[in-house]
Amino acid sequence: MSILLSAEQLDLTINRLAHQLIENDSDFENVVFIGLQPRGVFLSDAIMNIAKTLTPKELHYGLLDITFYRDDVRNELHVPKETSLNISLEGKKIVLIDDVLYTGRTIRAALDALQDFGRPRKVELCVLVNRRFNRELPIQPDYFGLSIDSPMGQKVKVDWDQKTVLIY
Amino acid sequence: MQLSTKHLLGIKQLSPTDISIILSTAQQFKEVLQRPIKKVPSLRDVTIVNLFYENSTRTRISFELAEKRLSADTINFTASGSSVSKGETLLDTVNNILSMKVDMVVMRHSASGAPHFLAQHLPNTAIVNAGDGINEHPTQALLDAFSITEKIGDLQGKKILLIGDIMHSRVALSNIYLLKKMGAEVMLSGPPTLIPKYIKEAFDVQVEYNLKKALQWCDVANVLRIQLERQNQVLFSSLREYNLSYGVSSKLLSEINKEIVIMHPGPINRGVEIDSDVADSSQSVILKQVENGVAVRMAVLYLLSGKKELGN
Repeated sequence: MSILLSAEQLDLTINRLAHQLIENDSDFENVVFIGLQPRGVFLSDAIMNIAKTLTPKELHYGLLDITFYRDDVRNELHVPKETSLNISLEGKKIVLIDDVLYTGRTIRAALDALQDFGRPRKVELCVLVNRRFNRELPIQPDYFGLSIDSPMGQKVKVDWDQKTVLIY
Repeated sequence: MQLSTKHLLGIKQLSPTDISIILSTAQQFKEVLQRPIKKVPSLRDVTIVNLFYENSTRTRISFELAEKRLSADTINFTASGSSVSKGETLLDTVNNILSMKVDMVVMRHSASGAPHFLAQHLPNTAIVNAGDGINEHPTQALLDAFSITEKIGDLQGKKILLIGDIMHSRVALSNIYLLKKMGAEVMLSGPPTLIPKYIKEAFDVQVEYNLKKALQWCDVANVLRIQLERQNQVLFSSLREYNLSYGVSSKLLSEINKEIVIMHPGPINRGVEIDSDVADSSQSVILKQVENGVAVRMAVLYLLSGKKELGN
């Protein structure tokens, strides 16, 4: 097991991601930030807390659970967590936020789920860890904390209690 | 994450953990039902047959909506005007349907134990009991529990009163099993002729023949319909007399000094077991029960649909 990001580095990275998400837009009326359940939510909460301090404008933020859209939906049953998207996504720019981008299947499921809330104008992806060569679908992040090369057998996990990112 | 059983034959076979899983999954399906597109693709390649040997409108529609919202394909079978009237046995009918590769069966039948009989003979098909004789109606108890929790919080320690024809009610039995498993206190009220004699000892519930005292005790009153079609003997003298002694009226509710939640599995006999102004009052969650029914049934079908290891 080794540490990819220490607590200090994790804080800096989250800070940078928050700045990156805010710097491109001036009007946040048509932007919605969405944290993916279950683990992306810790990251999105942390990013949004900083992002709110960077602009006086109101930021739209919600949570999305993609359990019902998974492509392995009946091989392993998962009990879904809360989805709270109280705003229509029609014509909006969406920024999906998740912790680790691995095969890309979670994001594919998220894209399907988004369709059922309206037709977004644009969808971008922000992740903390981009596991570069493990993709099973053509999906890439627009914003990422760090990019790593890792064999299929290894797991990358964000430990939010210890505030470190581990690979094992 | 799985239920401990691969069919839903009754609450009797469920553990408290199973019940919690179903209710929390139902909560998420309720959110799905508020979306602009009330559909998820989870059961897209699943075919479900609704085998209703007994009349039903609301349960059948509720199951059908749940199945369609999960993107499943549904087939409806009602006994009248089918091979059953030509004398085909239950097992033959079902085997014929299964040869057409159906994945799940939702069944309502007038014989207690019919779904259990099917489950024994069809080990690879998930069977959901939509009401069997005077045995159980598990999805009704689950949606009742969901509705209670939605209105007044966790079932543990809550006081639930069931009123009416307990003896012939599968809704009552399923509710008693579920409420006891989840730590609630249960009391039954109704004419002595409609409450089985040793039910107190059998299920560790209270029995109170005075409706006003029972209402005073409870947090929630679940009012059962007087089932005219199920009785051969007359167990009370008239509907009018039933209403005078056991009908839930707003006058009676105003005499007890607290606000209780009013429930009814439907369909309501207005003016018999419940008066119109009570059924339509703000304390009544009767229409919420119907709404919650679809979400709860979606949860049950989703959780039972997992791919089974024994060949598929």
